[in-house]
Amino acid sequence: MARDPVPAHLKKNLPPLSLYVPEPKFRPGDTVDFTQVPIPTAGETRRPEITDDAQSFTDLAYQLVRVLDEDNQAVGPWNPRLTPDMLRAMLRSMAQVRAFDERMFRAQRQGKTSFYMKCTGEEAVAVSAAYALDYEDMCFPSYRQQGLLIARNWSMVDMMNQIYSNSADRLQGKQLPIMYSVKEAGFFSISGNLTTQYPQAVGWAMASAAKGDTRIAATWCGEGSTAEGDFHSACTFASVYRAPVIFNVVNNQWAISSFSGFAGAESTTFAARAVGYGIAGLRVDGNDALAVYAATAWAAERARTNQGPTLIEHFTYRAEGHSTSDDPGQYRSAGEPTAWPLGDPIARLKAHLIALGEWDEDRHAAQDKELAEMVKAAQKQAEANGVLGHGLHQPLDTLFDGVFEEMPWHLQEQQAQMIAEETASGRPWARK
Amino acid sequence: MTDSTRMNMIQAINSAMDVMMERDPDIVVMGEDVGYFGGVFRATAGLQSKYGKTRVFDTPITECGIIGVAVGMGAYGLRPVPEIQFADYIYPALDQLVSEAARLRYRSAGEFTAPITVRSPFGGGIFGGQTHSQSPEGIFTHISGVKTVIPSTPYDAKGLLIAAIEDNDPTIFFEPKRIYNGPFDGHWDKPTQNWSQHPAGEVPTGYYKIELGKAKVVRPGEALTILAYGTMVHVALAVIAEAGVDAEVIDLRTLVPLDIETIAASVEKTGRCMIIHEATRTSGFGAELSAQVQERCFYHLEAPIERVTGFDTPYPHSLEWAYFPGPVRIGEALKKIMKDA
Ligand SMILES: Cc1ncc(C[n+]2csc(CCOP(=O)(O)OP(=O)(O)O)c2C)c(N)n1
Repeated sequence: MARDPVPAHLKKNLPPLSLYVPEPKFRPGDTVDFTQVPIPTAGETRRPEITDDAQSFTDLAYQLVRVLDEDNQAVGPWNPRLTPDMLRAMLRSMAQVRAFDERMFRAQRQGKTSFYMKCTGEEAVAVSAAYALDYEDMCFPSYRQQGLLIARNWSMVDMMNQIYSNSADRLQGKQLPIMYSVKEAGFFSISGNLTTQYPQAVGWAMASAAKGDTRIAATWCGEGSTAEGDFHSACTFASVYRAPVIFNVVNNQWAISSFSGFAGAESTTFAARAVGYGIAGLRVDGNDALAVYAATAWAAERARTNQGPTLIEHFTYRAEGHSTSDDPGQYRSAGEPTAWPLGDPIARLKAHLIALGEWDEDRHAAQDKELAEMVKAAQKQAEANGVLGHGLHQPLDTLFDGVFEEMPWHLQEQQAQMIAEETASGRPWARK
Repeated sequence: MTDSTRMNMIQAINSAMDVMMERDPDIVVMGEDVGYFGGVFRATAGLQSKYGKTRVFDTPITECGIIGVAVGMGAYGLRPVPEIQFADYIYPALDQLVSEAARLRYRSAGEFTAPITVRSPFGGGIFGGQTHSQSPEGIFTHISGVKTVIPSTPYDAKGLLIAAIEDNDPTIFFEPKRIYNGPFDGHWDKPTQNWSQHPAGEVPTGYYKIELGKAKVVRPGEALTILAYGTMVHVALAVIAEAGVDAEVIDLRTLVPLDIETIAASVEKTGRCMIIHEATRTSGFGAELSAQVQERCFYHLEAPIERVTGFDTPYPHSLEWAYFPGPVRIGEALKKIMKDA
């Protein structure tokens, strides 16, 4: 079929298009200047009523909830007015997370395991949330919320056993280090595949609502991960069913080597994703432990009173590499972490407590020392169960456990084959 | 073919894209972290600075989006070479691959095609756990309309990737990451060779291609035929060398379309066939190979066909080497298949 010639009035003399590709402000070697990042004054962002309609405060998706001000005081309507004991507990948890991260990062470097991921600079995001949620609420984390487990007082030895894939690893050495699963602490099994946890959290929340339960769900992903389809499916479901769920987007500026612009940050905020779905959206200073606490508590109350989902963007910074496999010096300026205008969450909460007269440098130093000792002791205990040597610390037969509830014949056959191989190999594989 | 130089597999893959981008301005490279950084395995290093950001660019983290966008670019007339960071992350892209890329030519009677080459590191042996180790090639060989290519050396990787990029149909190009830096003999507890000591680490710097659909007899022999691809080619070679068995080892290189003639001729000669892959066993590509060999060479077979594969479990972390079809598993199968020889 031949096409008729295009009529003259449809032929246009138009300028050529050009393709836009985002580029971060700073690359290795550049001097960093973050003055372009708008940082609203602490205390200035309004706090809507829990019962307000999400459409009535869409402006909050473009602001920044901040509580701690330049003088280390807690100010404004979002001040959660926590007791000094609570503040100290939060500070301690964050410091413990950092001590844990440092120790385990080093263990990987010493060849004791294959992989590790720190959350340095982002400790407040998970720790404050854990304090603001009920212990019974269900968390669907990504790989950077180890703070939830530490704040929920989960055993560090148990976490380390998983990191080492050793003989005491409850997950039987089946998962990559740090991909914890702790049902007892309301912590869903972490997936290596990004953002799959988002719709799952909605499903859990819908189930809780359908059953007339009182528990809510919370989930986390990085800003880069919001690009995945699962993020958008989750938002649609949560909006349709007004699911009692909290979506946390941890905007730490980088997704491995890709800056947040590759997830859409040059055009709008991540909190603004909520606006299009008609769900409540908040944008929060993620390095302000009090702001994170207040926003989470607010969202939790909304969810618990059937007001539906909230999306919280935590504006923060990934102060270190993506993981032990990453070298951020290859793609971003080394000056970024120190120039980050929102500071360090631990230093800020510490300064606040000192300003209140509830803490001092000596106590802080002593606590750091004590935590380092505690982590070291836990490490020693975990290493008594083995480290990832050549993966031989789990009984071999466990390889076939958990594929199905009951092992079908073909897996039984393969299991027998594997054991025969071990015999044939003559290798000293201890099958204890 | 003029100059050549030593390359590892990453460098050879990089060189293939470089050579092709130089020749054809319609080729674009895209994927998570492939632009400025040059990819988490550095396969696209230097390409963005050479060809610019509109031809080599980072993408949002959405595999479905990456492939969907590649299909659209292909519809416009470009030849996209998207990277999926790990084969384990290709699943979100399945709908765009299966229902779209693979079906476009057929459903539009050739009006639209998807001339895209999806590169992705695959396979285990690096303690990557279940989401950095999988071998999902059998999923793609089952889909009508996509080609599946897996190289085993730097030389082949470059020639095959160039052929895949030039091909007008969608191609899945799985890169065995365990052998990016050197061939692997299956002995995880011994140091690994690197490509600088291997003849196939000598790679022409310019353009050349290896036709898709052509297997390679990497070692001629009489006692049995071994069919393998990717990492397992090297493990197989090491095992037969240690066992002193005169096997004919065929590197399939392209799974679909399969070079059945080379396979059948070999099995008819040797009368025995062993198939090795790292992927899980049930419905793995070995099942297809076994059926093909049985259908064509039944009256030449002197022993049942042997399949040596990964177990039907997710890829474990700590017990990686108990899972991996290494020298012991292959050795046992070798004894079995040669029993009455
Ligand atoms: C489906 C899928 N695609 C790709 C990856 C590889 N990957 C792992 S982490 C990561 C970056 C994620 O960045 P972000 O969501 O911003 O979280 P952050 O690491 O900064 O906490 C990528 C691309 C993956 N794990 N899963």
